[in-house]
Amino acid sequence: MKFLLVEDNMELADAILQRLKFDGHVIDHASKMEDAVAFSQVNEYDLILLDIMLPDGDGRDFLEKHRAARNDTPVIVLTARSQVSDRISMLDLGADDYVTKPFDHAELEARCRAVLRRRAGSAQTVTRLGDVTFDPLAGVLTVAGQAVKLRNRELRLLELFINAPGQLFSKQKLVDRLFSYDDDVSDNAVEVYVGRLRKHLEPSSLRIRTSRGLGYSLENE
Amino acid sequence: MSDLIRSSASLRQRLTLVLIGGAGVLALVLYFGVRLYATQIAQQGQDDILRASVTAILDTAVIRDDRLEIDFPYAALSMLNTPSDDRVFYAIRQDGTLVSGYSELPQPLGTLAPAASWSVPYQGADLRLTTAARSLIAGDSDTTITVTVAQTQDALSVTLAQISRNVAFFGAGFFVLAVLLSFWATASTIGPLNRLAQSVTRRGPQDLSPVAKPVPAEMVPLVASLNTLMGRLDQSLTRSEDFIAEAAHRVRTPLATVRSHAETTLQRVDDEENRSALRAMIRAIDESSRAAGQLLDHAMTTFRADHLDRQNTNLSELVQDLISGLEPVAEMKDISFRLRTEKDVTVSADPILVQNAIRNLIDNALKYSPAESDIVVSVAQEDMAVVRICDAGPGFPKDHMAGLVDRFARGENAKGITGSGLGLTIAHDVALAHNGTLELSNAKGGGACVTFSL
Repeated sequence: MKFLLVEDNMELADAILQRLKFDGHVIDHASKMEDAVAFSQVNEYDLILLDIMLPDGDGRDFLEKHRAARNDTPVIVLTARSQVSDRISMLDLGADDYVTKPFDHAELEARCRAVLRRRAGSAQTVTRLGDVTFDPLAGVLTVAGQAVKLRNRELRLLELFINAPGQLFSKQKLVDRLFSYDDDVSDNAVEVYVGRLRKHLEPSSLRIRTSRGLGYSLENE
Repeated sequence: MSDLIRSSASLRQRLTLVLIGGAGVLALVLYFGVRLYATQIAQQGQDDILRASVTAILDTAVIRDDRLEIDFPYAALSMLNTPSDDRVFYAIRQDGTLVSGYSELPQPLGTLAPAASWSVPYQGADLRLTTAARSLIAGDSDTTITVTVAQTQDALSVTLAQISRNVAFFGAGFFVLAVLLSFWATASTIGPLNRLAQSVTRRGPQDLSPVAKPVPAEMVPLVASLNTLMGRLDQSLTRSEDFIAEAAHRVRTPLATVRSHAETTLQRVDDEENRSALRAMIRAIDESSRAAGQLLDHAMTTFRADHLDRQNTNLSELVQDLISGLEPVAEMKDISFRLRTEKDVTVSADPILVQNAIRNLIDNALKYSPAESDIVVSVAQEDMAVVRICDAGPGFPKDHMAGLVDRFARGENAKGITGSGLGLTIAHDVALAHNGTLELSNAKGGGACVTFSL
């Protein structure tokens, strides 16, 4: 996906850039409102991540301009405030959702997915691999003409695999991606989800291979 | 608040008392002053007549052949006739020896000016006397003729009594009029003060705008300081709100930086020791962020609970909105919300507080629910408006259920789950502020149920 990040704190921006790039997203960064407006007019983004406090204006002003320009790219606000009234006013101004700093990237991703799903009709992000079609927004996996609705963790697991076919993922890394850091989960918990995915993928040409002691990878046979 | 203010005597009473007291004193001064003046004038009139009478008698005195002759003029006594038939006395003395008249009539003490008047009690009545003397030449020696004329004061008393009565009526009338005027003056003076007090009292808790209505000149300093005070209060509230926002921004932004870096690094690092350190770091960041959020929520709850901003609040819609906001988070654990709302359950409540309370309750349910379970949220109009949230988690510890709403209390089975223990306290405080209740129970099949009633 293509993101525009509007954030004046360079260190935070850098951290978010690294994190999103790691997941294979394309991302532009604007540190001022002026740049943000210019970027959003020239480029097409799937999503805008907007910090509220900017050096040359309030992020709320950006929202107003953004909506006035009939730009319908969804906006998720990154806020440091947690007062409910503040959140409401941002949603009133046309933000699609918000996350409170510091945020869990898994949550940010979940919110992005929810926002994009709500905007049905916008470009579909369907991935094809072998004889399998996968729509991560809708969470639908189509194998041999059969559509299956995936659960969220199955979906996230498949997304990881399908974006990097052949790459080896260790159990621990998969655990970190699927379970929030609260959960006291064993590495084996991931086996349940790998097992379910294997079942879904059984009629297809895709296989999840176990490398004993190392992890899993998705192979197209 | 008003019982904290010590009130001295009311301005209205004080003003009324001063005005009525002043009017009373004025009426008394008027009464006695006019009476004294009238007495003096009446007395002077009587004295003038008495002196004229004495002079008339003295004028007729001549010495003929060393003998005193007085041709007593009739007019000298007739001019003293009064409607009250006052009695008249006279005495004529030559060198202190009575020649004619009443010997008992008192004599003036010492030598007198050409004519002198004075009063004495005589035969049970007040007697006014006037005396004058004249020297005549008798052969080769001088002789002094003294004439005294006296009159009782009955007519004078009658006149004075009449004047006194009239003055008393006049004074009383003045007093009554002044009292009425003073009530009117008090009311019209206190009026603007009362109106100001009312207009300030009628304001909502958030309204800190200055008083704009015109006020009497004397109240301008008071209203000006009131406006300054409200301005300062408004400023300091705004400033502290800005301060909290700024502080939150300053604290949360670096936390977000650390968290993002930690997450990315966790993806890159393979060594299990480093990885568990990074995980602990992320957990600590989440915990401090949650705690900061809940502390602010709790502070806001406490602040707003004193000044409830009650509005007609549609609980069904409010819960619906909250749940759609939390759905992405629930989805991450494959938790589904099952919403059972009656349509348009409406309460008069502070929507921001209620939202805060219910969000904290749903947050709790999300935290304690296992993956791929349901959270049942129902909104219903029973005796009260009720929001019930049931999860499929471990439930509340049976022994400590009552203590869980206490500040910073956390259940025994909360280990491994970040939280500050303020969630239930916030919900409980909000319920109490609206005269509602918060009940904790465990479902039969396990799982916690929280019932929030308004």
